Amino acid sequence: MRNLIDIIDLTTAEIDELITTANDIIENPVQYQDKCKYKKLATLFFEPSTRTRLSFESAMYELGGNVLGFSAADSSSASKGESVSDTIRTVGCYADIIAMRHPKEGAPMVASMHSTVPIINAGDGGHNHPTQTLTDLLTIKRETGRFDNITIGFCGDLKFGRTVHSLIHALSRYANVHFVLISPDELKLPEYMIHDLLDKKGLSYSTTTSLDEAMPNLDILYMTRVQKERFFNEADYIRLKDTYILNKEKLRNAKESLCIMHPLPRVNEIAVEVDKDPRACYFKQVLYGKFIRMALILKLLEVK
Amino acid sequence: MNIDSIHNGFVIDHIKSGQGMVIYRLLHLEDLDCSIAIIKNAASSKMGKKDIIKIDANFHLDLDVLGYIDPDITINVIKDGQLTGKLHLELPERLTNVITCRNPRCITSVEQEIDHIFKLTDKENRIYRCVYCESKAKKQR
Repeated sequence: MRNLIDIIDLTTAEIDELITTANDIIENPVQYQDKCKYKKLATLFFEPSTRTRLSFESAMYELGGNVLGFSAADSSSASKGESVSDTIRTVGCYADIIAMRHPKEGAPMVASMHSTVPIINAGDGGHNHPTQTLTDLLTIKRETGRFDNITIGFCGDLKFGRTVHSLIHALSRYANVHFVLISPDELKLPEYMIHDLLDKKGLSYSTTTSLDEAMPNLDILYMTRVQKERFFNEADYIRLKDTYILNKEKLRNAKESLCIMHPLPRVNEIAVEVDKDPRACYFKQVLYGKFIRMALILKLLEVK
Repeated sequence: MNIDSIHNGFVIDHIKSGQGMVIYRLLHLEDLDCSIAIIKNAASSKMGKKDIIKIDANFHLDLDVLGYIDPDITINVIKDGQLTGKLHLELPERLTNVITCRNPRCITSVEQEIDHIFKLTDKENRIYRCVYCESKAKKQR
């Protein structure tokens, strides 16, 4: 039985296989509409979410399966003090596969240690969010046609931005990827990412505080939100939240082929005026998320 | 200073000065009912000063704890008053319930029954990370 806790649990071949399946689902949706008939997905969301939970639920419905679960910790027995392991043992009796989001880092790994059904990490605090990474990879593949020979800029909160960490991990497997890390000093990529991954693997990267300076070289711009819920101190959040705002003016020096991504939700780091720009890919990204989750559910349930 | 020699047990030698009490605590030596001697700041030609712990009991010695604190520590095994062997240490690949994760965002901070597990991620710099949240282990004092 396989789980997906961290994007590094998947080999490059497995990621390619998921992308191939997702592309096939996009081309031939009817062929997949009964693949998970009589199967049940439990969505255990101990922390609020719009996109991820609905994306999982939509994915399972499109595969002909059913969905059960909860969307906040206070509507589960967690509010009575039930442990993650007990919750998982219980839900495993009702569902064939579990997608779980939890505010504490490592909770899905604990779940996977006690589960009798596959666990998908749907986000654990500021730590990992592998299905967002798969979504991002499918977006990159469909919008640029490649994973290698790209310059990708990550802009905003690179410290707590779990999607950034996971995507850097995933892209580090491909050749000639240059990472441009754009953030204020307080929200820089954590030292363990720099030391244990970028430096150790000898990857190409540069750091800057200026989005304008980085813009002309980018093939992909990955914007992130400064996440209020990750700060213990509100004053720090208020000081940092509007450091970068992408607008039409900022895009003047960008490539015509630029792909603008964002894991959403956005607050005001991308001006609404950018939505009409053909380079804005963040709503397509949401759609791709459903297809890659369909591919993942099929793989973990071992449905052919 | 006279300390009785031990009959059956261990002499943990070449402990960096000041680490003796850390090892005493991490090995839970306070739970043993035998004679235990902690010698602090003993003269050492190799180290200048060192700590030594003598334990007069044949109990399960957790080598992972000692390897984590300092793989250069040496352990002399004593049987019937005689030195019968020396144990050499290595940095353990995995530590279970030896150190605790201090990250307040980690699942271990709220669920008490979970084992605190760390894995060696950088042998050269002796860095351990929590398997759940990947936070770097802080040396326990």
